Amino acid sequence: MYKYDTYDQAMVDARVEEFRDQVRRRLEGHITEDQFKPLRLMNGLYLQLHAYMLRVAIPYGTLSSAQMRMLGDIADKYDRGYGHFTTRQNIQYNWIKLEDAPDILADLASVEMHAIQTSGNCIRNTTSDQYAGAAADEVVDPRPYAELIRQWSTFHPEFSFLPRKFKMAVIASDIDRAAMKLHDIGIQIVKNEAGEIGAAFYVGGGMGRTPMIAPCINPFVPIDQFITYSEACLRVYNRHGRRDNKYKARIKILVHELGKDEYTRQVEEEFAHLLTQNIEPPLAELERIKAMFADPPFETGLSDELDRSDPDFALWVDNNCLAHKQPGYIAATISLKPVGGIPGDATGEQIRLMGDLAKQYSFDELRVTHAQNIVLPHVKKADLYALWQVLDANGLGTANLDLVGDIIACPGLDYCSLANARSIPVAQKISQRLAGQAQQIGELKLKISGCINACGHHHAGHIGILGVDKKGVENYQLLLGGCEGADTSLGQITGPGFDEDGIVDAVEKATSFYLSQRQDGERFLDTYRRIGMPAFKEAIYG
Amino acid sequence: MAEVQFRFRGDEPVADPAVTVDSFGEQSNASAVRLEPGDDARDLLPHLDRLQLIEVNFPVFGDGRGYSAARILREAGYDGELRAVGEVLVDQIAFMRRCGFDAFAPEVPLDPADAEAAFARYDHVYQPTTDGRAPIWNLRHG
Repeated sequence: MYKYDTYDQAMVDARVEEFRDQVRRRLEGHITEDQFKPLRLMNGLYLQLHAYMLRVAIPYGTLSSAQMRMLGDIADKYDRGYGHFTTRQNIQYNWIKLEDAPDILADLASVEMHAIQTSGNCIRNTTSDQYAGAAADEVVDPRPYAELIRQWSTFHPEFSFLPRKFKMAVIASDIDRAAMKLHDIGIQIVKNEAGEIGAAFYVGGGMGRTPMIAPCINPFVPIDQFITYSEACLRVYNRHGRRDNKYKARIKILVHELGKDEYTRQVEEEFAHLLTQNIEPPLAELERIKAMFADPPFETGLSDELDRSDPDFALWVDNNCLAHKQPGYIAATISLKPVGGIPGDATGEQIRLMGDLAKQYSFDELRVTHAQNIVLPHVKKADLYALWQVLDANGLGTANLDLVGDIIACPGLDYCSLANARSIPVAQKISQRLAGQAQQIGELKLKISGCINACGHHHAGHIGILGVDKKGVENYQLLLGGCEGADTSLGQITGPGFDEDGIVDAVEKATSFYLSQRQDGERFLDTYRRIGMPAFKEAIYG
Repeated sequence: MAEVQFRFRGDEPVADPAVTVDSFGEQSNASAVRLEPGDDARDLLPHLDRLQLIEVNFPVFGDGRGYSAARILREAGYDGELRAVGEVLVDQIAFMRRCGFDAFAPEVPLDPADAEAAFARYDHVYQPTTDGRAPIWNLRHG
């Protein structure tokens, strides 16, 4: 994986000192809270309902054992013993003191980490496929391209005060595991007929209150021009994106209002100009980065056999593990969704343990998934049972990847000052209610947001739940039919909302109806797409 | 009118007041113009040879259109004074400098020590702009 050189390290070290200085000026009253707000936000520090929340960047979701251990230590030392993994493959701490924040950043910098641009109206942490480098279906490992974006976007002088936040994702396989088309810019690394590598640009997707699926504006930008092309996309947005209304300020609104063709025309014009400015990094830089993402030293000639005699283990393998490109290896997902638990939460002790297991079993590497789980990408099949036993003994062996209990949920009204309703208790109740049926129901992606900002990706859930405030009472709307993969679709609202218990009942009615209607091999989503909303509506409200 | 607090140029400042982009088009002798966030910097490109001062206004610091305006002007070869005015805060000036601003007239004067530290904070940069600093990836690869 990527290792900082002295330049990268100097950058994050200088940032720690800068933020220390900003916090000092705030605490001494030299700057107002209004002036401090964008500064702390650009360091990932939010003022929440009860305390400050610090969001730490995990570029493209990749972590080393030492980094993971540090995240566990920070949870214990500065928080209440927990960390919360997020849908942007980051981690958040919910109980931070402002005066501790500079020290936390210093601790992070000691393991090549930071909180740069994890919030604010700037280019955020770039996400990627959690199985990058392990999946058999990828054209190349997408992470070197994401790392190049990380460098280019870090302290970008022109794009640090955009109309609104800006999220990019990079994938390199046709199966989209990163919800790429629901990003401000989604990039798919592709190979053309001549065998050359390029970047397909999808611009103007997003969730929030106006969900949009990004159209492809250029199917093949040569790889030695893709940073310049990104710069052109951003410049058109920075100049012309709406600033009169923060709810219409995302790039999706600009692309929608201009129309895809006109936006593309403006980008191409700016791109032609920027090509004369020589802003593209040299290809040697991409090669330098790529070398750091070379395959780990896999053993060869290993058996693909697994001893499946322990049924609990066999179930976990079937549900949580993905075939690896290297014979004898497997990619294992550690579910952070125990039945009735808080989605994405882990204790400091669990975080350190996962770090240690990565060192022992996965070539010192972990991934955070946008579904708020952890992946050990390169586990030898011969070690898998021993690994699972340790996970299981520590509350990390839940066999529910992509099942109904594998819920994405935002922090909701328990923490977030923007929320209208709580998300976590709803997730916990659904998880408990349906735990016994989850295996029978099969793949079902359930996603919960506590407000229309859609941090819990409810538009993209096979079942989505949106918490709203209805005359001072929490109310939950139900959506069906969303999907975030290569066949991205947006969920549709079923009808009137429900109270907290009512939404749990409604979800169960939907899954029961699916079970009664499904044909051979159909997932919930397939049945929904086949028979449509009216039948489900009847089952839920009838 | 706020005073120029920082200036990174050796020439004499222009005495003329800056005019709006609209009236600039009608005054063939004007040498100073003021860009508002909604103005298109590219409208000035045919007139760069007679411009000695372009003020770019930041009515609120969060409106970042002025950064693009500055780069567009510098990329087109403008070498006169480019002055940031309005809500110019200490934590924005290093970004502005990189985009080509070489004069700063903050509405509220900045603490000189804080500003000096901000200008000098980062020894290296990742991206090339027209400010002449070599990006890190060039330093890595010679």
